[in-house]
Amino acid sequence: MTFREALQKSMIEEMDKNADVFLMGEDIGRYEGTFKVTKGLFPKYGHRRVIDTPITEAGFTGIATGAAMAGLRPIVEFMTMSFSILALDQIINHTAKVHYMTNGEVKCPIVLRGPGGAAKQLSAQHSHSMEGWYAHVPGLKVVCPATPNDVYGMLKTAIADDNPVVFYENPGLYGIKGTVPDDPNYSIPFGKAQILKEGKDLSLIGYSRMTHVNLAAAELLAKDGIDAEVVDVRSLLPLDTETIYASVRKTHRAVVVYEDWKSGGFGAEIAARIGEDCFDDLDAPVGRVGGLNVPMPYARVLELECIPDENDVLQAVRKLR
Amino acid sequence: MAKQAEKKVTESPAELEQYYREMLFIRHFEEKCNVAYRQGKAGGYMHVYIGMEALATGWLNSIRKGYDYVITAYRDHAHALLLGTDPVAVMAEIMGRKAGTAGGKGGSMHIYDPANGFFGGWGIVGGHIPLGAGLAFASKYREEDRVTLNFLGDGAANQGVVFETLNMAALYDLPCIFIIENNEFAMGTRLEYHAADPELWKRGEPFGIKSERVDGMDALQMKKDAQRIVDWVRENQKPYVVEVMSYRFAGHGAADNDRQLYRTKEEEAEHLKRDPVDRLKKVILQRNILTEEVLEAIDAEIQEQVEEIYAKADASPFPEASEVYDNIYTDMTPEKGH
Repeated sequence: MTFREALQKSMIEEMDKNADVFLMGEDIGRYEGTFKVTKGLFPKYGHRRVIDTPITEAGFTGIATGAAMAGLRPIVEFMTMSFSILALDQIINHTAKVHYMTNGEVKCPIVLRGPGGAAKQLSAQHSHSMEGWYAHVPGLKVVCPATPNDVYGMLKTAIADDNPVVFYENPGLYGIKGTVPDDPNYSIPFGKAQILKEGKDLSLIGYSRMTHVNLAAAELLAKDGIDAEVVDVRSLLPLDTETIYASVRKTHRAVVVYEDWKSGGFGAEIAARIGEDCFDDLDAPVGRVGGLNVPMPYARVLELECIPDENDVLQAVRKLR
Repeated sequence: MAKQAEKKVTESPAELEQYYREMLFIRHFEEKCNVAYRQGKAGGYMHVYIGMEALATGWLNSIRKGYDYVITAYRDHAHALLLGTDPVAVMAEIMGRKAGTAGGKGGSMHIYDPANGFFGGWGIVGGHIPLGAGLAFASKYREEDRVTLNFLGDGAANQGVVFETLNMAALYDLPCIFIIENNEFAMGTRLEYHAADPELWKRGEPFGIKSERVDGMDALQMKKDAQRIVDWVRENQKPYVVEVMSYRFAGHGAADNDRQLYRTKEEEAEHLKRDPVDRLKKVILQRNILTEEVLEAIDAEIQEQVEEIYAKADASPFPEASEVYDNIYTDMTPEKGH
């Protein structure tokens, strides 16, 4: 099953379970979604539960937030997370604040999902990695799964969560395949990183598509006799520092890899925490591989220059030694 | 457009006394809030409703309290009080106390009471308007016959997200009343300097939403218009835009201490002649419902009541420092700081 199909399966099962779950977004119904994630849902559930919106991100994010405050469980799709920038006031000033400002009197069970990060030649306005912006905000949960299994289990957790969840899907992952359990009650809790490959020499720490880059880098490193451990963070907020630290304490070296701009991206937070809490365990400063600090260019050769790949990871690893 | 005042008397004496008591209570409560602010018992931003009492009183007596949904911006004390929120809890919140409606985490701008249908209490001008439409969306989705009162100011009527929401409210037939409390000033900027078309009731027209302008300084007329519109929206399950003409006697917020920057004393004096509390008082006297002596006794009684509320709120403790992490999430706390 593909990553995309796993998302569909997850939504269908949760919509069948709970009549309060509904979808809202641009072109998600009749048009089946720009990335076809909601394909088949409009014919199945109709316009009452699969709602095509005008192209007004702030408006529909606010309406979904209000509906969540009244007890419904909306899933909002952003055509790309880059468009969620238009809804930042709603998400940060409203959605994220409901529970705290009411001192717990009002809950806001909403999922804000969509593709984030570079797809292919979408250039400067459509390629943002927004996960670090959102993971900066208390009141939001932010998850970035990397596999069909995880996206399936974690979307179910997101829909069942009583808090706002930003659900980040790298568009480069929609077509990847993997196994997904045939269990409607399956779910993966937030705040649990996983070790996708064990190793003893260093820890490659990433999330979303960069986890696959790390796996590829680990294979190349193995050829040089370097045994890398690959930590898939999966959930940024909450962040499973326990698993990350345990890996670093075992390998004594760490490289954090993220697609977002290197400067101030979420990988910088992970690196800072390792530096703060694992200083005595480290044999080298924490390495970082991030996207180039430039607006995403159009030409493929320039775009590829910006997005970290396994060779960038290898270079960072060599610098550690 | 503006409706002619109906001359027919339809209110019972008991209703008139109730509205009078409610408006006077808001007036004295807000005056006491100003005192609290001056004494340093309240901080941050605080916006009182003095001069606008007839507006909220008319609307909130036209709905099914505790069933219908209400949401407003930061000038929110009156709405909570009229919905039946414990006034001690409102005052305690303004004073940042644990006994406040949000445990001292919200303050004056963020009063909430969902049990009474009140969803705040929001600080970004126009930002809560889609939330209000979302409340209406939820009741429509569940096939209930609730009405949502979505209050905004004249300044908010220019925000982009308000136009986005009006479009969607009409598109989805949401049972939501957009009530523009036009007090003639967006903070310190007069209507004619902030709105290209100062007839704000027209905001609904491009979207095919029934829209009109009404008077918010006359409590009885306000109640009649509000009831008519609430009943229509409940029956038809469609949105409505109402511009309610009002005037803010107080400054924008407690920190607005030089109103002469944007209006003259003469202008204020002229508007004070339209004081909604005095206006209702005159009607009560004209109709021989209560005597001057009784009205004075009511005034004294309410002032004493407000003093008691203030004393109770002031005697209540501040939150514990350890509560700072409570209720960010339903089930976790974020990374601890320091």
